[in-house]
Amino acid sequence: MSLGNTKQVGISIKDLTLSFGETEVLKGVNLEIEPGEFFAFLGPSGSGKSTLLRAIAGFGPVPQGEILLGDENVIEQPPWKRNVGMVFQSYALWPHMTVRQNVAYGLEERKVAKPEIKRRVDDALNLVGLHHLADRRPSQLSGGQQQRVAIARTVVVEPRILLLDEPLSNLDANLREQMRRDLLELQRQLGLTTIFVTHDQEEANTISDRIAVLDQGVIQQVGAPMELYDNPANKFVADFLGTANVLHGRVEESPSGNQFVSSNGIYFPYAAKPQQDLSLIFRPQSLGICHGSAQAGMIQLEGKVLHREFLGHLIRYGVDVGGEVLMVDDPHLRGAKHLTNGETIRVALKPDEIVALSD
Amino acid sequence: MSSASLSQPSNSEKKENSGWLKKIREDWGLYLSAFIIGLFILVFLFIPVMKVIFVAFQDGDGSFSLVNFQDFFNSSLFQESFFNSFYVAFMSVIVASIIAMPLAYFTSRFQFKGTVLIQTLGIVPLIMPPFIGAVAMQLLFGENGTMNLLLDEYLGFTIPIMEGLNGVIFVQSVHYFPFILINLSAALQNIDRSMEESAQSLGSSGIKLFRRIVFPLAMPGYVAGASLVFVKVFDDLGTPLLLNVNNMLAPQAYLRISSVGISDPMGYVISVILVAFSVFALWVSFLALRGKDYSTTQKGGGGLSKRELRPWEKVGCYAVIAFILMLVLAPHFALLLLSFGTIWSFSPLPDAYTLEHYSTAITQASDFITNTLLYAGLAGLIDIVLGTAIAYLVWRTKMVGRKWLDFGAMAALAVPGVVLGIGYLRTFYDVDIPFVGSSMATWWGIIVIALAVRRLPYALRSCVAALQQVSPSLEEASENLGATRATTIRRIVVPLMAAGILAGFVTAFATAAVELSATIMLVSQESDAPLAYGLYLFMQSAAGRGPGAALGVIAVLIVGLATYISHTIVERTRQAHGMKSH
Repeated sequence: MSLGNTKQVGISIKDLTLSFGETEVLKGVNLEIEPGEFFAFLGPSGSGKSTLLRAIAGFGPVPQGEILLGDENVIEQPPWKRNVGMVFQSYALWPHMTVRQNVAYGLEERKVAKPEIKRRVDDALNLVGLHHLADRRPSQLSGGQQQRVAIARTVVVEPRILLLDEPLSNLDANLREQMRRDLLELQRQLGLTTIFVTHDQEEANTISDRIAVLDQGVIQQVGAPMELYDNPANKFVADFLGTANVLHGRVEESPSGNQFVSSNGIYFPYAAKPQQDLSLIFRPQSLGICHGSAQAGMIQLEGKVLHREFLGHLIRYGVDVGGEVLMVDDPHLRGAKHLTNGETIRVALKPDEIVALSD
Repeated sequence: MSSASLSQPSNSEKKENSGWLKKIREDWGLYLSAFIIGLFILVFLFIPVMKVIFVAFQDGDGSFSLVNFQDFFNSSLFQESFFNSFYVAFMSVIVASIIAMPLAYFTSRFQFKGTVLIQTLGIVPLIMPPFIGAVAMQLLFGENGTMNLLLDEYLGFTIPIMEGLNGVIFVQSVHYFPFILINLSAALQNIDRSMEESAQSLGSSGIKLFRRIVFPLAMPGYVAGASLVFVKVFDDLGTPLLLNVNNMLAPQAYLRISSVGISDPMGYVISVILVAFSVFALWVSFLALRGKDYSTTQKGGGGLSKRELRPWEKVGCYAVIAFILMLVLAPHFALLLLSFGTIWSFSPLPDAYTLEHYSTAITQASDFITNTLLYAGLAGLIDIVLGTAIAYLVWRTKMVGRKWLDFGAMAALAVPGVVLGIGYLRTFYDVDIPFVGSSMATWWGIIVIALAVRRLPYALRSCVAALQQVSPSLEEASENLGATRATTIRRIVVPLMAAGILAGFVTAFATAAVELSATIMLVSQESDAPLAYGLYLFMQSAAGRGPGAALGVIAVLIVGLATYISHTIVERTRQAHGMKSH
């Protein structure tokens, strides 16, 4: 594959700040992305993730700080000098050009000789499996095909890195999973350092080596998907990557050993040093409904079922435990009985499942 | 975009300075074009208008004074002219509203096939400016015209619909009611059904619902259309001139300047009044629309709830439409009759028919036609170049003061043609064209510039609309692949705007081709005159009416053909690009 001869570069972002007028959109971002890594920016809308991606490509106001591709600081460079490949959310295919003309554009701008342009465009279109549609106009293609053209157009110029702005958001649910795998395969094949922007945690989890979670212009946490899920650095990360129960309170000594006391007054034994202002975070699936006597070492709580949601593979109950509503997941099997609202139940929680964060 | 480093705060002043200079060096093309456009607008719009205003406020010694205005309002002729212009403009709005309102209501309320007919009704009059058909209308509706001859013979009375000011009001209303129709229909179509339905579910219905919900929501659109009609009629020179109604403001300004000379202050005083009213009317329409984006349509279909017509209602609707259609087509029909008729006087129809007027028109007036094509073509070209550049500078850069370019270009809307003409005469009379040596005010090129300035707002809006259809990500994708800003404009932006630019060219071309008010001031010799001026000359004599009408038909054909062709091309490219017209 002639497209595979790109040199892998790392990306390093130092103290990046950026404002739109009075509004600070990025507030001192620091980030190291390894060569060849498939990296995701994950965050809600308005978190600054797209702004950060666009800053790397050179779009938007010029930020302060440094953006290094390899050893080169590109922050002052206009977009057309950066050789950074970007696939736009809307694909941004030029409607007045055919697929072939779209893909050839970047090579023409680089003054590549005609025969070589033809060869490389053919290779790129073969890579995404669209060679047979080379003479169509973008408007004659399906959404998925348009996206493949956009990818071919970007990788054909052998960019230093590849940026994908919400690449799956305009596709149907079925196509999305297929495209996700194809993207990953393509990235592995080309070996390009890739950044992927998404607001969908499932997308980020399934595809990327590492994720940076952003909120309000600040990177909240960087890590591998499972690491973020299991050890969230703060409540935002815990909540954004799946549902989380959060209990605020303190740990205090008691005659029978240390215990956690929530601000609502629930208490249970908890082996930790006495401490004020603490949040305990645990997932709904970490809570189990006790049917018989509890196992030793488990935290047990009594509560009342408030509501339930049927999610197919499980039922999620909202359980009122002394004024705190906790989410409890119960796996659903065919024909299984469910609890009714108002029923009093006991739930159990393994202490290892708890992540404790100081407020 | 990349010009954003202008707003980038820097650590030291030195760095800031060099960043600023670097910015200019990088984007020098943008700054240079902004400078040239600004200069063009300044020299050919603001300075002439300012000159006119200064002269109006100067006494004989050149010091500031209101003496000219005193003279103006002490003269009974000018008092009368002022009153007449105001009266005609106001009554035209009323009559145009009476024509437009039922049509707008039919299309938005009822489900019937007449809608297409009404939409066509809305465009037809816009193709031909009112003065072209004015004389022909006299032959249909005048004292001794077809209608009154027939009425007199069979019913024994006549209707003085073309007498004096009535004639101006009638001709103007028939031509300008589409402005109200289009704006009002758009406003009604933008009211979502749910607005009406929620009022109904809260217990409101019938007249009350119309008064409290539909009417207030449609009001801004109506006011915008009505103020446009007012200003068009108030400023119009050609129609009263051709109907020989001279005791109105614009004809007085023209007659004073052309008979007394460019030093007569009355023409300037009238100009100031015309500008003031134009600005006022535009301000009113701006106020009406500001902060009232009443476009309430939700996903899945807008507009008021429509119902089928009952049979007798259908008859009524079609009768009204047929009547209005007749009025709208009357000037065209009369013009056609006049151009083919041998003698048409004191008879309902011409005595016989001939092609002679056309051959006369083509042999005697071929210069007029070529001049028109040349002037309007050049003006259209200037307009789309300026329009595209201004649209890009305003919407795609962060250049300081870019909004002023847009504002400056649009300001031409508030300047009546007569005023611009007088301003050019005054400003450029003493300016010699380099190399040629003659005065710039008498050079044919000044007509082209006047047309370009007057039509720039139309072309600019077309270009802006076209640019807004181009998603910025299409440009970013190009820059991302290594194309500089200039290349991106050339290879992506302009090709994608092409259909809209063409539409802008045709709008500018078509309206410039039949412009009279500025050109009539600026034509210094007959060989330089365009078609509209030739038509005016022909219509002066009874013998010239036939060839004049033939010339009018040719003008309408040129304009209609250009509009049709551009419409076809625009639709075709839109389909080829698979663009949605959002």
